[in-house]
Amino acid sequence: MELELAISIITGFMIIGALFAIHAKDLLSSVIACGIVGYSLVICFLLLKAPDLAIVQIVVDTITLIIMVAVVLDSSREEKYIKLDTQGYVNAATGVLLIGVLLWFFIASIQHLDVLGKSTLRMAGPYIEGAAQKTGSANLVTGVVFDFRGYDTMGEAVVLVTAVLGVLTILRLKGKK
Amino acid sequence: MTLIVKKTSQLIAGMIFMYGIYVIVHGHLTPGGGFAGGVIVAGSLIFITLAYGGDFLKLIKEEAGTTIVESLATLMVISIAGAGFFFGTHIFFNNFLPKGVVGHLVSAGVLPLYNIFVGTEVAASIFIIFLSLIIFKEESPQ
Repeated sequence: MELELAISIITGFMIIGALFAIHAKDLLSSVIACGIVGYSLVICFLLLKAPDLAIVQIVVDTITLIIMVAVVLDSSREEKYIKLDTQGYVNAATGVLLIGVLLWFFIASIQHLDVLGKSTLRMAGPYIEGAAQKTGSANLVTGVVFDFRGYDTMGEAVVLVTAVLGVLTILRLKGKK
Repeated sequence: MTLIVKKTSQLIAGMIFMYGIYVIVHGHLTPGGGFAGGVIVAGSLIFITLAYGGDFLKLIKEEAGTTIVESLATLMVISIAGAGFFFGTHIFFNNFLPKGVVGHLVSAGVLPLYNIFVGTEVAASIFIIFLSLIIFKEESPQ
């Protein structure tokens, strides 16, 4: 009960931070407000006993913030407002309609989910039982990530390489000699 | 940057780098692993680049080297996964090395090797995205 209360309060902070990030006049404070969301998520992960995810989240969030602050300081701190034309109104109406439909599906499906912390996933049990002996790894997460789910990890590594290829291709304005 | 920032970053960047390597190498024992440790290593490199600026480090050469390191590390991950096919049971991601005692530093077969190469690859990827934001802006015609 206390855990749920704490997570509810932190989620409230995350929502406030996200709303402020959208409405802030200064883009730099908007970026810092995005940091509130990330670091609150770190506390959520720690409360839910997932230190692996917390380490990755805190480090990635810091580096993303550094890169975003560099980009904002380099370009412009003022937000540019665009006047809506007919297509803009059509797009906004489509967005609101889509949000309504998704919310309806979300409410319909969330009633059949389990309570927080009590999962009935069938694969979770066999993964945990004897995983240390099967993989030889004391850290269960590494055992699952690199042994049972090796293809997922290889896919993640290849996705990173593809992302870097895309960044280098888009940002390189002058050809290599 | 000022002298204080430069000296402080000189002192701290090495410690951050060593901590990242610790997280990578102990990935199969304590929380962390290749992805987290790789980003910490990239963070230390970004830190020292921010403190000293682009002129000091000759960033064009760094970019070429980082690209090669990243590609080689990815290739090593895939070749270790493929090497499992030729030892023991014929499946990919086969843990073909001896597992050892659970909890020792040298244990868990090939999992530490995966951690090391994935960490190298992630560090190189994050660092090269940061570098490309600096370099290509400078060399582009205004």
